[in-house]
Amino acid sequence: MSAVTVFGLTAAAAVGLGLYGLITNPQPLRKLLAFNLLGSGVFLLFGIIGRRGAAAGFGNDPVPQALVITGIVVAFAATALAIALLLRLFRTAGSTTLRSDAPRMGRGADAPGG
Amino acid sequence: MLPPAPMSATTAGGFLLVLSIVLPVAGVLLAFALGDRYVRLVAFTIMPLGLAIAAALVLALPRGGGHLVYLLGAWPPPLGVALHADGLSAVMIAATAVVIPAVAVYAAPEFRPAAAARAPAAFWMLLLAIWGALNAIFVGGDLFTLYVALELLTFATVPLVSLDGRAETLQAALRYLLFALLGSVLYLAGTALLYGLYGALDIVLLSRRADAQLGTLIAAALMTTGLLAKTALFPLHLWLPPAHAGAPAAASAILSGLVVKGSLFIVIRLWFDVMRGLPGFAAAHVLGALGATAIIFGSVVALRQERLKLLIAYSTLAQIGYLFLMFPLAFDVSGDLKRGGALAGGVLQAISHATAKAAMFMAAGSIYAGLGHDRITGLNGVARAQPLSVLTFALGGVALMGVPPSGASLAKDLLLQAAAETEQWWWTILLQAGGVLTAAYVVLVLAHALAPPDKPIALRGAVPRICDLAALVLALCSLLLGLMPWASYLPIPQGGMSNPLGIDALSKLLLPVLGGTVLAILLSPWPHPLALNAVERMIAPLRRACLGFGRLVEAVDDVLRQWPAASMSLLLVALLLGTLMFAGA
Repeated sequence: MSAVTVFGLTAAAAVGLGLYGLITNPQPLRKLLAFNLLGSGVFLLFGIIGRRGAAAGFGNDPVPQALVITGIVVAFAATALAIALLLRLFRTAGSTTLRSDAPRMGRGADAPGG
Repeated sequence: MLPPAPMSATTAGGFLLVLSIVLPVAGVLLAFALGDRYVRLVAFTIMPLGLAIAAALVLALPRGGGHLVYLLGAWPPPLGVALHADGLSAVMIAATAVVIPAVAVYAAPEFRPAAAARAPAAFWMLLLAIWGALNAIFVGGDLFTLYVALELLTFATVPLVSLDGRAETLQAALRYLLFALLGSVLYLAGTALLYGLYGALDIVLLSRRADAQLGTLIAAALMTTGLLAKTALFPLHLWLPPAHAGAPAAASAILSGLVVKGSLFIVIRLWFDVMRGLPGFAAAHVLGALGATAIIFGSVVALRQERLKLLIAYSTLAQIGYLFLMFPLAFDVSGDLKRGGALAGGVLQAISHATAKAAMFMAAGSIYAGLGHDRITGLNGVARAQPLSVLTFALGGVALMGVPPSGASLAKDLLLQAAAETEQWWWTILLQAGGVLTAAYVVLVLAHALAPPDKPIALRGAVPRICDLAALVLALCSLLLGLMPWASYLPIPQGGMSNPLGIDALSKLLLPVLGGTVLAILLSPWPHPLALNAVERMIAPLRRACLGFGRLVEAVDDVLRQWPAASMSLLLVALLLGTLMFAGA
């Protein structure tokens, strides 16, 4: 089994685990961790593509590495934003569940807005 | 439309593309540096400049042969990154440059700089950031640039949802962020696959190289699904109603009018430019079918809402569905994707919706500020107390129904023509139904607003006249969009324009209004002060059945908006799209 295949399978496993966590876990923090795992799987995929050398003639393509770095920065910013929201939510509501607004969102007659 | 030759040099006027992105971003940085007190000033300095750049871009485009290109650092793709604008980009940039200043004028009194509060400063910075991100999406010539721009758009939008810091809006923002991240990871995975296959992410290069092989189709399915999650196409809409209804009115106008169009624009780029129809007719039908379900679901649930803002939020869901009808209609009889009337109609509808829906949200915000609530059953007499707001709501609604000379009417004509040409009569029913259902909730709201009040209305706060005027101008824009010279920007076929002032214009107003009234009576559970007892007794069994149907739809919607259900639907949509693309290839 070549290194590329091993890394490919690892990426697939990370994506699968991340997806599973993101879908099934009710807690936002765990969802966020699952998202990071999922993202890591996709970044690994970029790494493999760089290793294989997609662009014509390159042995080790540097472009995917540049893309991964940008991707990591974006994922980091997303995580920071989500954590900030989560902390604020915890301070405001005393819990971090996302469930309470799901049923009958539209029924609160005097729910402010506007 | 893509340039005939690969982009090898910056064209004259290409710097406008850079300016359109740099200017709003510079505004954000400047506002950050100058501090909270000057934020609004900076925003209002940037707005006219941004409008001027958009106007210059729109004027420069036909002279440049329909394309403006800017190569960053003069490196041609695939090594460098290109910015590229075509007719679609130009009209979207222009629409953004109209809607954002109008919303800014509307928001100016509410978000005045204050020492104690952070929200006003945040609002203006986020508004400029959204503008920059949207422009980057419209001129990005590279799939990865589009990814970064899309993420910037999400990051600027999420705090806007939770601007008032209440627990519900924080939850709505968090749900939105997490679901959007799921969508963007799928998009990124597709980008990785495409780069692995073709060694390029530039849209022009990819459109030359892409062929129907397994990896390409998987990438197309993943990217489309991810973007659908960000666009909130049914059944991936769990985040939209709470986010759009909970945000301040000015923010809702931007969210509903512009932000969802960003990801829609990338879907259009993907299907019409990068893949040139490779995903196939069957997969396009999935998009159309989801859009059709969205129209029915969104409208029925909208009619059952008690609060005006939630009603408008659900109607956005229906309108988003309407936009996706362009995908099946763009495939002609032989199964090839054409950049024709269907695409023009879809984009035109997106712009009409951007202007009209923003105006409607702003009107709803004025009504809320005046009454202190926005319960639809409590709107009696508001037409007398706040005539301008109700007029704006009505004009926005009429524009969306597709009454000439509105943009939506021209869009509907184009889509109907495409349906006739490509022999897909079944979409015709939905195109007509979309107008009638839109009419239904406009009629519902107006019927309550125009009814005489039980007791004199005491307005809580006076809404500044300038706010109502900004919303009214936007609604009028939408109503007059059909008269603009679109032909140099959008692929409008000959004979696509009908006479906007003919006798059929009247029927186009009356038929949806009549149909809408019937639907509003049958589907809305709220008692109406003008209800005629005799009529009501006659239709009582029918109405009960319709209300039962509405209850069922609402219950299903509640289930679909749960996180596990929504994310499972996401995977199912991806799987379905992928399978059908592969089967069709």
